[in-house]
Amino acid sequence: MTNKLGRLRLSDALIYLSVFAFSIVCLLPFLMVIGGSFTDELEIQAHGYQLFPSHFSTQAYHILFIQWKVLVNGYKISTIVTVVGTAASVLICAMLAYPMSLKRVKYRRFLSVYSMLTLLFSGGMVPWYIICVNYLHLKDNLAALIIPYLCSAFNVFLIRNYFESLPEELSESAKIDGAGEATIFFKIIMRLSTPVIATVSLFIALTYWNDWYLGVMLIDSSDLQPLQLLLRSIVSNIMFLKTSDAAAQMLSTKGLVPSEGIKLATCVLTIGPIVFLYPFVQRFFIKGIMIGAVKG
Amino acid sequence: MNAERQRAKKKGIAFELNKNAFLYLMAVPGLVVLFLFNYMPMAGVLIAFKNFDFSKGIFGSEWARPIYNNFDFLFTSEQTFRATRNTILLNLLFIACSTLVAVGLALLLNEVRRKLFKKFVQSFTLLPFFVSWIVVSVFAYSIFAFDQGMLNQLLGWFGISKVNWYNAPQAWPVILTLIMVWKSAGYNSILYIATLSGVDTSYYEAAEIDGATRFKQMLYISLPMLKPTIIILVLLAIGRIMNADFGMFYGIIGDNPNLYATTDVLDTFIFRNLRVIGDVGMASAASFYQSVIAFVIVLACNRWANKYQNGSGLF
Repeated sequence: MTNKLGRLRLSDALIYLSVFAFSIVCLLPFLMVIGGSFTDELEIQAHGYQLFPSHFSTQAYHILFIQWKVLVNGYKISTIVTVVGTAASVLICAMLAYPMSLKRVKYRRFLSVYSMLTLLFSGGMVPWYIICVNYLHLKDNLAALIIPYLCSAFNVFLIRNYFESLPEELSESAKIDGAGEATIFFKIIMRLSTPVIATVSLFIALTYWNDWYLGVMLIDSSDLQPLQLLLRSIVSNIMFLKTSDAAAQMLSTKGLVPSEGIKLATCVLTIGPIVFLYPFVQRFFIKGIMIGAVKG
Repeated sequence: MNAERQRAKKKGIAFELNKNAFLYLMAVPGLVVLFLFNYMPMAGVLIAFKNFDFSKGIFGSEWARPIYNNFDFLFTSEQTFRATRNTILLNLLFIACSTLVAVGLALLLNEVRRKLFKKFVQSFTLLPFFVSWIVVSVFAYSIFAFDQGMLNQLLGWFGISKVNWYNAPQAWPVILTLIMVWKSAGYNSILYIATLSGVDTSYYEAAEIDGATRFKQMLYISLPMLKPTIIILVLLAIGRIMNADFGMFYGIIGDNPNLYATTDVLDTFIFRNLRVIGDVGMASAASFYQSVIAFVIVLACNRWANKYQNGSGLF
């Protein structure tokens, strides 16, 4: 009996320990980048990035803030794209999902198949690019960062599955009471569907905030660079240090530009909003994936 | 008789569209967006057979002469073969390792009874899913950089000389797989945890009475319960095997030709031809080649999925 108890405890400990170790591994790179961004530049040059900086320094952030206009612009573009894109996209997806979910819509099957095919087949990068640039003139404008992602069939199906779980009598009785289709959709259906709408909004917002494909493909102007692209150009040192007054100022005062520290500091500022919002949205997210998992 | 029926059917369409006019109108914006960004490019694959001229557009450009002109160079180029091989092999590695770790994590988490601990683990393992590939590339840089990277520091402590990781192509299949597992395990495990949460607890209780250890319960109850989900998810992933994650590869590897031998995939290869070299003909031929093979693989995987469990394929 004691033997069995001992074994049980051992297996428990093993389970907890391995799961704990894996979650630390998941977290470690975040800590490394945060630690590295506060490491003194001389220290970085001599010993490399440090998880726990021996010489704490906020130098890299100071330089970044001298260039605050570029940063603020990046934040602005990313925020506009995320907010406008998410609002529009959720609405468009829900509006497509609604008729799909109703039995009284005779051609709902056509709508589903039409959307499904876009999940399965793709024309590839080149025709997509030429259609965007040549036919739709989505080049070097804000719309290019928003419009291509407005409707994703994956999200449409997530919403449709939820709508289907609502009883159709609900809208039918409202109709008998004289409510129009618009009233039914916006006042009844959308309100009853807050869980799925919240989750899909989160999916979409994350897509817009983290995306840099549209930026790389369709944006050349540096004024329209979203945050992710800005991070990339700072990391690859293309424009930031060579052209910046900040660097010149730094060279004259300290004789050293903290180029390595800047990369990590920018990275920290990019993930800042996500890490800050994460505790609030994370549970929604897990719940949402579970909703989707019930019928894939 | 036949014509009459057809007229009745046509009237049916008009009648239906009229009856539910508002509902169909609601669908229009979504249908239009899908048409523009999904269906138009599908028709646009024609471009692979044309002598593309930006001013004339896809449909107005002249046909290539001979018609397979753009493909000539594609199939004689070593890079095409290399990119195809890398795409498939890396994706297989990603699928195998991600699935293994995600299933393992779900099985272990399923045994964790403490709610708070479970929540804590789930939020930490899901966190990587929330950051962009560019951010991941900075993480990778802070670990693998030659002079400042933490890995080389660590090697130094053990007296091993520094390795120039960004010039060591043979290491990158492993590194990329680790990164992929790190980023996706938490997210993927949620799907498996959802499946496990639906398992009747009386199975475990019965097993407990019969003296089955934790490990045996995992192996003989939980794992078989996950089997259908695993098979379906793996099949769906294999359906996308010709498409590499462009954001990942271009973010982490970028334009570093030292690593192309093991990391250049079809998507980066096409991108380079399109946006860097500017060879639209070559890029469109490669893009067409990728789409056609992907098309066949998707159909095959869907068939297998349906065969394995009726109705679990996508169509």
